[in-house]
Amino acid sequence: MADKPATTQADGDAGPARGRLGRFAGLDARPVNLDGFSEEDHDAGLVAFASVHDPKPSIEMDDEGRVVLLDGVPASGFDMIDAYIAAHGIDTSVAREANDLPDLDFARLIVDPATPRGEVVRLAGGATPAKLAYVVALLRPVELQMAIAKMRVRRTPSIQAHVTNLLDDPLLLAADAATAVAFGFRELETTVPVLGDAPSNALAVLIGSQVGAAGALTQCSIEEALELELGLRGLTTYAETVSLYGAEQVFVDGDDTPWSKAFLCSAYASRGFKMRVTSGGGAEALMGAAEGKSMCHLESRCVALARAMGAQGVQNGGIDAASVVGAVPGGMRELLAENLLVMLRDLESCSGNDALVSESDMRRTAHTMPLFLAGSDFIFSGFGSILRYDNMFGPSNFNGEDLDDYLVLQRDWGVDGGLRPVGEARLHEVRERAAKAVQAVYRELGLADFTDERVAEVVLAEGSRDLTPLDPTVVLEAADAIHERGLGILDVVRALERTGFREEAERVLAMGRARVAGDYLQTAAIFDEQMNVLSKITDPNDYQGPGTGHEVTAARRAEMAGIRQQRSQQDLLRRQADGAAAASHFRLIERGEAGPGVDPREVCVGVSPAFATKLWLTTSGLPVGEALRQILAGLEEEGCVARLVRVRATIDVGMIGLTAARLAGSGIGVGLQAKGTALIHRRDLPPLACLELYSIAPLVTKEMYRALGTNAGRHAKGLRPVPVRNPSTEQAIEARYHAEVVAMVAVERGECLPGAPPLNLKVVR
Amino acid sequence: MNCTALSGRPLSEITLEAAARGDLSAADLRIHPGALRRQADVAQRHGNPQLADNLRRAAELTALGDEELLAVYEALRPGRSSRVELEAIAARLEAAHAPSCAALVREAAAVYERRGLLAPG
Repeated sequence: MADKPATTQADGDAGPARGRLGRFAGLDARPVNLDGFSEEDHDAGLVAFASVHDPKPSIEMDDEGRVVLLDGVPASGFDMIDAYIAAHGIDTSVAREANDLPDLDFARLIVDPATPRGEVVRLAGGATPAKLAYVVALLRPVELQMAIAKMRVRRTPSIQAHVTNLLDDPLLLAADAATAVAFGFRELETTVPVLGDAPSNALAVLIGSQVGAAGALTQCSIEEALELELGLRGLTTYAETVSLYGAEQVFVDGDDTPWSKAFLCSAYASRGFKMRVTSGGGAEALMGAAEGKSMCHLESRCVALARAMGAQGVQNGGIDAASVVGAVPGGMRELLAENLLVMLRDLESCSGNDALVSESDMRRTAHTMPLFLAGSDFIFSGFGSILRYDNMFGPSNFNGEDLDDYLVLQRDWGVDGGLRPVGEARLHEVRERAAKAVQAVYRELGLADFTDERVAEVVLAEGSRDLTPLDPTVVLEAADAIHERGLGILDVVRALERTGFREEAERVLAMGRARVAGDYLQTAAIFDEQMNVLSKITDPNDYQGPGTGHEVTAARRAEMAGIRQQRSQQDLLRRQADGAAAASHFRLIERGEAGPGVDPREVCVGVSPAFATKLWLTTSGLPVGEALRQILAGLEEEGCVARLVRVRATIDVGMIGLTAARLAGSGIGVGLQAKGTALIHRRDLPPLACLELYSIAPLVTKEMYRALGTNAGRHAKGLRPVPVRNPSTEQAIEARYHAEVVAMVAVERGECLPGAPPLNLKVVR
Repeated sequence: MNCTALSGRPLSEITLEAAARGDLSAADLRIHPGALRRQADVAQRHGNPQLADNLRRAAELTALGDEELLAVYEALRPGRSSRVELEAIAARLEAAHAPSCAALVREAAAVYERRGLLAPG
């Protein structure tokens, strides 16, 4: 055999001459095959972990404790990233200990629940970038999850939303910001398709974010200097798009240095701003300057630099270049490891899931699940709370279309993903309030005049494509006015107060007050809805194995369980009452105990205990009387004599059918449950073997019941009819119906009388 | 804790009523250097000396105007400043009671020189 595994390309070449295999043609059309996949290439940096060019970890200090050798590079050769990390990023008091610890021992300490988080943080403080990159590479996916559960900074997980739209429509931005807060998002990030609109977007999202609940942080991600300016005005409350890179050339191409970024960090903090930096593997390879290093190694440098600069947190592990990482073997695992690197450095992890990583729903979900299950400071650094097309960052890995999926996943796993179900009335209320608040403030400040019709349209809209197009200059002029008049948070507070939005005015002002107090400058800080700060200081992660760490309380579990699609057993049976009312003309009269028949043309039809007593509709929605009528008609057409019996002793359709068969003069019986499952049985067969079966009741039609009756008649006459086909489907039919089936079966069970003999029945219509 | 804004106004007086009366100015919603230094001490005690340093630099920068802040940031970007210009900025920061920011600029200047990131001049 060849040294290299055969590629699909090679198979493709062989294809045309011998005919294209349907199996590959079909697979080719699957969404996953729209994704690109790269062969590992160490020289190009297209390698997740451990490039052949990655340096071995090393560190040396001089007599004064200065780092003079870092990961194989002497001080004279430090690039600017090495230089900054060496000067500020390494706890030299533990450097020797940390770097002498064998990688595998280090990896085990990270995972081991008995080793306190603080001990791992202490050691990681002395570890070089290369050291941590090699250590995390040793962790398997489930170990990464264990490590993340233990090492993330804040005990309570949270989640960030993207709130943007194609039009920069301020009313829609506010309504969607309020929507995001209603669902539980605690940070909202907006951006612009048109740079000039930024002040308006920041203002609208700030107002919307404080409708319905207090304390959500907001951000407007744009060019650094302008973003800082909006922050200085108080129109945003945090920043995160301070980008770092693990290779010097890429850093310079990004028009910054570690010192300019460090100064920017301090500048934000000087105005009381929460700030984190952004990095993420793949960026350097994408810029063609990865220096042959692995993605994990370069990212480890970024994270070490973030810590050295004094940033409180890092957004990485699934940002813009996530698909570059996803294209290489082990890439998805590397993205997860990036989040862990941040946690090991004791920084807030804003854990990616930001860029859409695949056209395949399966693959993009698989990317998110490990982190979702483990929990993070921010499970998403931008869940697209709006629709995909409105996401001006580009689609996130999960978007507005996926909100129900996410809520169901939380419920399935009993995992706190940070969101909660919202009822329609509540969502209507907050969307309207937010849109009206922005309408009022824009009028009050003379920025724009939006009509009540526009407000109404925005409240109902799923996304911006549902709106009448807006004159784009309206937003631009409003934004210019905010900019030129230097409007800030106090102007917003006053305008809200004057226009009757007192509660929102209080909350916006509270965000300003929070900036004066500064408690949310600490690592991993968010506000809960009572304006309590949850951070490394006030809510430290204390996971030490089962029964420790973040606890999903009974109340929270109930909240997560209460999705709007959830139904009680009574709810699930509600349509049965409608069925009973509709079937008022149809009754089954009991005519005494059923004995064996002698007529060789006789076929017995056995019905279940609750059939037409408590249950009236099959799962397909057919009245039970109609299903029965079709079977009887089929028998009649074959010249058979039908006898109807109720089997009370069992609810099992096989036993019902067999009981009927044993009573029938022909030895052939039909079993029919109220939920619509039906079969043909013969008296000499074992209970679970039957002649013909409709097991997927939701798909059985009137015509199919008629055919079953016909075939039962033919069996009775000793013929060999063409069997009816059990309906088949590729849909998740059980997922769709089983909640209702359980409720129906419980009713059948309640009506069942073990040991009771079957009864003859007469149909009265 | 007695927290006051940069203006000296206590946090307890930063109310909606005061805002509505027009009594508040931007400086009433700016963080005080003392608050930043307290937060720096908290970060230090909780094992993050780098965050503490950042917050101490931030405390120094509360005295700088927005324009000046943006100007220093711009000057620190690659290829923007000569060694002499960076030294002048450092001296200015030093004079403005921002010694740790001045040290950051001087450290940058030395590395920029070695890595070819200075503007000619």
